[in-house]
Amino acid sequence: MEPQKNDPKNLWDWFNPKGRNVGGWAFILNRIAALGLVFYLYLHLFVLGKLAQGPQVFDQFIATAKSPLYILGELLVIAAALYHGLNGVRVLLTSFNIGVPQQKQMFYTALLLSVLGTLVFAVRMFTVH
Amino acid sequence: MWKITYRVHRQKGNEPPHYETFQVEVDPEEYVLDGVEKIWASEDRSLTFRHACHHSTCGACGMRVNGVEKLTCITKIKDVVQDGGTLTVEPLRNFPVVSDLVVDLGPLYRKMAAVQAPAVHALSMTPWEGQNIAPPADIPMRSADEEYIRLPDCIECGICISACPVAATDPEYFGPAPLAAIQIQGLDKPELLALADSQEGVWRCHSAFECSAVCPSNVDPGRRIMDLRRQVSAKRLKLA
Ligand code: HEM
Ligand code: SF4
Ligand code: FES
Repeated sequence: MEPQKNDPKNLWDWFNPKGRNVGGWAFILNRIAALGLVFYLYLHLFVLGKLAQGPQVFDQFIATAKSPLYILGELLVIAAALYHGLNGVRVLLTSFNIGVPQQKQMFYTALLLSVLGTLVFAVRMFTVH
Repeated sequence: MWKITYRVHRQKGNEPPHYETFQVEVDPEEYVLDGVEKIWASEDRSLTFRHACHHSTCGACGMRVNGVEKLTCITKIKDVVQDGGTLTVEPLRNFPVVSDLVVDLGPLYRKMAAVQAPAVHALSMTPWEGQNIAPPADIPMRSADEEYIRLPDCIECGICISACPVAATDPEYFGPAPLAAIQIQGLDKPELLALADSQEGVWRCHSAFECSAVCPSNVDPGRRIMDLRRQVSAKRLKLA
């Protein structure tokens, strides 16, 4: 059968890490992080919407947001944003044919910096408050 | 000799695909394609697959071996399976399956024609390779402006398109090999600039670089797409 545009049964090929190489992992992570960030954006707007329901409702929410589960969720957002942004710089550079032969090293660097950055945030968020 | 199991994708006509297993005795130094031929020769004459040259030149024998795109005529069995193990062979992705392991590469050939992929080209058209190719000093040029001519590296095997996550959901995307063929020619022809700088051209790529990881012929199409982006941007911004 002719391959079809946006065939839903091929969508999994965007995310399936089996048989993929370093550049493929970078792409998969970038896309997952991007989708996560978009999801978070809506969540964020929904939470800000609580402001319109008055200070009491909002303060109540802020109190629950200090629980470890929320902090873990926020750390996921931070990790996604760091990786997506840093890998975005990698994608931008390579798009001008800068550093394409080093794209793997650039991916590892972006990943390492994201992990380190997330750890810094984690330490601060779990100790300061 | 090794005893291994070939798990082979079978599909005839419009029937849904299934997998069939064959026990094959092979020399581990043999190639994946040799095992497929053994199955055809002694087990099942209805098994269809493509090959011609057996030495990575014709581009006909591309398949997925354990999920990864390979030219099966140069993929050693010992590099993809162990004695007693199982090896899965499937047709390339992102092309219509004709039968069993055979896909229709027509969409790729039509795109190569659309980008006017040259059958031979001047050595100077591919400076990246040119640096590593020493022209034969003992063959004199007839005139000062004569150029060395070479065959392009791309053997039009379609492996890069099979590995591309973007091609998985967009069959109209020109894809690695055709875009690499534009990069090799440069953008002096307005119709090539229009193709490269289109929705299905360089901007469709998402930089997964899977094409370059699987290309058996050193084309490095991923880097060429990126260079083509640079060329298109320079042309549009009138920097070149
Ligand atoms: C530091 C800031 C950012 C940079 C440098 C950046 C860079 C990029 C780049 C270069 C791409 C293209 C990747 C590709 O070709 O596959 C991209 C895709 C995308 N970005 Fe960002 N981005 C940033 C922030 C964000 C934020 C905050 C969001 C969401 C709220 C976001 C959502 C997306 C989405 C949905 C995609 C499409 C993903 C895909 O096609 O795989 N980005 N970004
Ligand atoms: S660019 Fe490489 S993988 Fe793609 S068709 Fe040409 S030789 Fe095959
Ligand atoms: S049989 Fe010709 S490339 Fe493999």
